[in-house]
Amino acid sequence: MESNKKKIMVTGAAGALAQKVINRLKRDYKVIAVDFRTKIDLGIPVESYKVDFNKRIFEDVFRDHQFDGVIHLGRISASESNRFTRYNANVMGTKKLLDLCKKYNVPRVLVLSTYFVYGASPFNPSLLDEKTPIKAADLTMDLVDSVELDNLANIYMYKHPELNISILRPCNVAGPGVKNTFSKLLASKSAPVLWGFSPLMQFIHIDDMRDAICLAFEKNIPGLYNVAPSDYIGFQDAVRQSNCRFIQIPSIPPSLTEAISKFLKMETLPPFLLNFYRYPVIIDGSLFAKTFGFQPKKSLEDIFNYYKEVK
Amino acid sequence: MPNRASNFFKNIVHSEEFEEYLQLFPNNIGAAGYDPWGFNIKGIKNTYIFGKFLYEKFFRVEAFGLENIPKEGRVLVVPNHSGQLPLDGVLAGYAMLTNPYSPRIPKAMVERFFPTVPFVGNWLGSVGSVVGDPYNCQKLLEKDEAIIVFPEGVRGSGKLFKDRYKLQRFGNGFMHLAMKHEAPIVPVGIVGCEESIISFADIKPLAKLLGIPYFPLALPIILPTKVYIHFGRPLHFENDIYHEREVKMRVNIIKKEINDLIELGLSKRKSIF
Repeated sequence: MESNKKKIMVTGAAGALAQKVINRLKRDYKVIAVDFRTKIDLGIPVESYKVDFNKRIFEDVFRDHQFDGVIHLGRISASESNRFTRYNANVMGTKKLLDLCKKYNVPRVLVLSTYFVYGASPFNPSLLDEKTPIKAADLTMDLVDSVELDNLANIYMYKHPELNISILRPCNVAGPGVKNTFSKLLASKSAPVLWGFSPLMQFIHIDDMRDAICLAFEKNIPGLYNVAPSDYIGFQDAVRQSNCRFIQIPSIPPSLTEAISKFLKMETLPPFLLNFYRYPVIIDGSLFAKTFGFQPKKSLEDIFNYYKEVK
Repeated sequence: MPNRASNFFKNIVHSEEFEEYLQLFPNNIGAAGYDPWGFNIKGIKNTYIFGKFLYEKFFRVEAFGLENIPKEGRVLVVPNHSGQLPLDGVLAGYAMLTNPYSPRIPKAMVERFFPTVPFVGNWLGSVGSVVGDPYNCQKLLEKDEAIIVFPEGVRGSGKLFKDRYKLQRFGNGFMHLAMKHEAPIVPVGIVGCEESIISFADIKPLAKLLGIPYFPLALPIILPTKVYIHFGRPLHFENDIYHEREVKMRVNIIKKEINDLIELGLSKRKSIF
């Protein structure tokens, strides 16, 4: 019975989101979990590898398993490493992965990107759709790897339609186990806010994001999709509703804010994300919602209640 | 003093009623109370008291032609622009919000630099201002919103006292959007705001240094001028032309309508105050 199941690879298996995806899919698929950070034990029947995508040995995983699909969720975030390592892992690693998918005729690939690629510019209109040019690399060098990863996936999507690539750009993923910057911020007792700025934000619960990934993977309608609910909240309201105390950071002149951010070295206020604390980046998730019939189940209130409870 | 306090509390009570009043409008507001452009009930509720004071007491606005604003559906409301600060937008917006014929919560397109200013950017967003980007305007029209657009942009708001009531160059963008999205255009003539902040010169080097569109050498006060707002009849334009020069001709039709409405306002005015 087990051998009849389709075989899929899920990368970034050490992350909370990937583990939720694996747990959801392991009943119907033979899941091979891959991570470059650590070999994780997800119990039988999930086979797990710790492997660097840029090493030749990574190809052995493809030689040993004929994959019916790859879900690429693994990405080193800016808080985890330096720019050079990130570029190698996220961009070169993704290229290697996509090349191997092509070489071994993987018929279905899903790549997780991020809404950060749009960049936080004061001139951003609202409800950015998938055709909006991505500008993050213009605004900060620290998001170049995210932009390149997204571009790379787009190039492969058009150049190699047989891979059936779907790219998801979610808004802020939040909830239990999530370790991105804004999730850590909402989970902390004291949260930095920039004086006089409360940009509008979107949050999606990790369970809803898991559902979105599984739905997109299984329905196989290749394309580029924003994933976000049609609900919005001012950043300072989100911080307040999560029961965080405010740490007011001077917001003008911008160079002072940057100097403070560099000096404090706070995980929850990285210098390269400062504009996300100033300007809204609201994405239009309607294409994904319409194409896949997706509707998040958890509300913003559910998300903030979680952060309230963990304190 | 007791009188002042009682008036203050009257305003607060009024603002609670006002919150219920706001619930009547469909405004694409999510469960957390925000729409995708940052508009929120709390923001407009707080500002309403200020708007009411400006509209009724300070500028003693008289508005005409409010019946011309469509009760529902997409519409572009296009006034002349002046006065250094966007007070004309606040007054036109308040008139639409409290319109006895067909109240609407309008969105107003504002200069792109506003979001960079602490507090001001947030406040403007919370009361329905939106960065003046055609993409925003398009999305708003698709959602059947009423939008206040100033085609003169900073050329209008930053003009000097000597140029009062001289319409500056209009951009064509609003006409393209109106034609493409089949949105009627309601021309508006505002009289009084042009004298509310008197600017004698624009200190360009200082504006450049501060990264703002203009820096007026102006009297440091807002004068309580009497304001007349005339809303004209809605005009419809088919999406049936190809050349920019034809679009310009249609823009000039709107410009003439606004000029006529300004003339009407000026003819009604007995005194600046």
